[in-house]
Amino acid sequence: MSRLEQLYQDMILEHNKHPRHFESIESPTHTAFGKNPLCGDEYHLSVEIKDNVVFLIGFQGSGCAISKSSASMMTELVLGKSVQEALQIKEAFLTLLMQDEAGTDRSLLGKLMVFEGVKKYPVRVKCATLIWRTLEAALEGVVEVSTE
Amino acid sequence: MTVLNSSNDLDRIRRDFPVLSQNGLVYLDNAATTQKPRCVADRLYKFYTEEYGTIHRGVYQLSQQATDFYESSRETVRGFLNARSISEVIFTKGTTEAINLVANSFGRAFLKAGDEIIISGMEHHANIVPWQQVCEATGALLRVVPLQDDGAILMSDFQKLLSDRTKLVSMVHVSNALGTVNPVSEIVKLAHGVGAKVLIDGAQAVSHVPVDVQALDCDFYVFSSHKLYGPTGVGVLYGKEDFLNRMPPYQTGGDMIESVTFEKTTFAKAPARFEAGTPAIAEVIGFAEAIRYVQTIGFDYIQKQESLLLAYATAQFEKLSGVTIIGTASEKASVLSFSIEGVHPHDIGTVMDDLGIAIRAGHHCAQPVMKRFGVAATARASFAFYNTTEEIDMLVMGVKRCQELLA
Ligand SMILES: Cc1ncc(COP(=O)(O)O)c(C=O)c1O
Repeated sequence: MSRLEQLYQDMILEHNKHPRHFESIESPTHTAFGKNPLCGDEYHLSVEIKDNVVFLIGFQGSGCAISKSSASMMTELVLGKSVQEALQIKEAFLTLLMQDEAGTDRSLLGKLMVFEGVKKYPVRVKCATLIWRTLEAALEGVVEVSTE
Repeated sequence: MTVLNSSNDLDRIRRDFPVLSQNGLVYLDNAATTQKPRCVADRLYKFYTEEYGTIHRGVYQLSQQATDFYESSRETVRGFLNARSISEVIFTKGTTEAINLVANSFGRAFLKAGDEIIISGMEHHANIVPWQQVCEATGALLRVVPLQDDGAILMSDFQKLLSDRTKLVSMVHVSNALGTVNPVSEIVKLAHGVGAKVLIDGAQAVSHVPVDVQALDCDFYVFSSHKLYGPTGVGVLYGKEDFLNRMPPYQTGGDMIESVTFEKTTFAKAPARFEAGTPAIAEVIGFAEAIRYVQTIGFDYIQKQESLLLAYATAQFEKLSGVTIIGTASEKASVLSFSIEGVHPHDIGTVMDDLGIAIRAGHHCAQPVMKRFGVAATARASFAFYNTTEEIDMLVMGVKRCQELLA
């Protein structure tokens, strides 16, 4: 696989074209707005936490294929997980992209490993991590995050 | 088309730019910054290895010679702009600093509550934010000439905003995001008609069109060396001499005073008045070399080649389905902003990079322009006289690759 094909893997392209949970939800308990000023990616994320579990989740906005597919796959993965589990996955994902692979708990990431190719494109790491930063902000009650 | 490509002229010119012979590089981000000809790099090297010294103070040979080089660079810029006098050429860090200088000096000294500053809807952030700051400090108001769908402004819209409250018009000569060339002569005439001063942001213009500040009659003209084949860290503020000497200094310190006692300081006249501290000596000298290089190529050749490239690229892009050109004004410089249906500009940038093509993807420091056209960002290819139609063919291939992969 070329470097470019490692970046734009089929699963990423498919989620970009048909993002999951690409909608606003009725009664969110946690919301946040995330943006990447450099390239203009912007997402509103809303989450409904019920009994400490991600009961509903949705995102809206626009951005590149990497940020959008990352958002789509994030919503799939954290849905039904406890808040703690969601935050653990977030940590593992950020470690995968931003630090040595050695520190990554791959077992938590599953399908998200397709984003490993992003590491070869340092300027795109912010795209892949944007929605996770936004999730972190939502769960911690921060209203707006920027990856600049 | 191929006639010019195979011409010796173009080959020879490309050999002047060592980086262009790098394997597989297609450099189409000239509106952000241009590549440097060997003579500019050589000039910097020679100055640093054989001639380096400070200016305006040493009594020794090296310093005197450096001062001569520095001051003769001012003469080179004067000639390039056809300014009346070298006192009208102030070296700054770049366009951004030149605008901030005028905003802080002219703005704070001459603007008061209720006065108005007019800009256009296609300005770079560097020609928006300094004026917003001045307005906040003085109570003046910022008025904006709206953009038409093709990315041009209408003189009738401009005239509607002009009044005796207008104290300054600050407008871009050539838009970096859209390529639009503004009718600056007419803008100057109309603005002077109500007694307003005019600043022209020539950052994108000086590499494409000859500029004669006396014919243009603008009060200020600003641009950056790095977009004109010269070093980074240098730019120019041209201003009319009598007016410059009525403006208070922007920064104070060494080199810009006549005399200092602890009770009172008298300031030197322009240009020293606005050049506090040790300037970018080597870069200024390299900049003059870049101007001489551009003058050797000549604007006849530059304009011929660049309009050919723009026409060729525009025609190729118009044939592509799902591709929209943003900025279609009748007067345009060689800038091609575009979007591809279903593909985010950032992804376009990455796919192009994979093919060795350097283009810009983003908001181009002109977020109001992006908003006007309802996009978060665009992809932008911008051409210099050293680019070729083959490189545009590569760009078109890149667009198709984006569509295959992502659309
Ligand atoms: C139209 C315009 N104005 C101002 C600037 C700022 O120039 P600099 O960053 O060299 O100060 C630019 C550079 O992108 C520009 O294109």
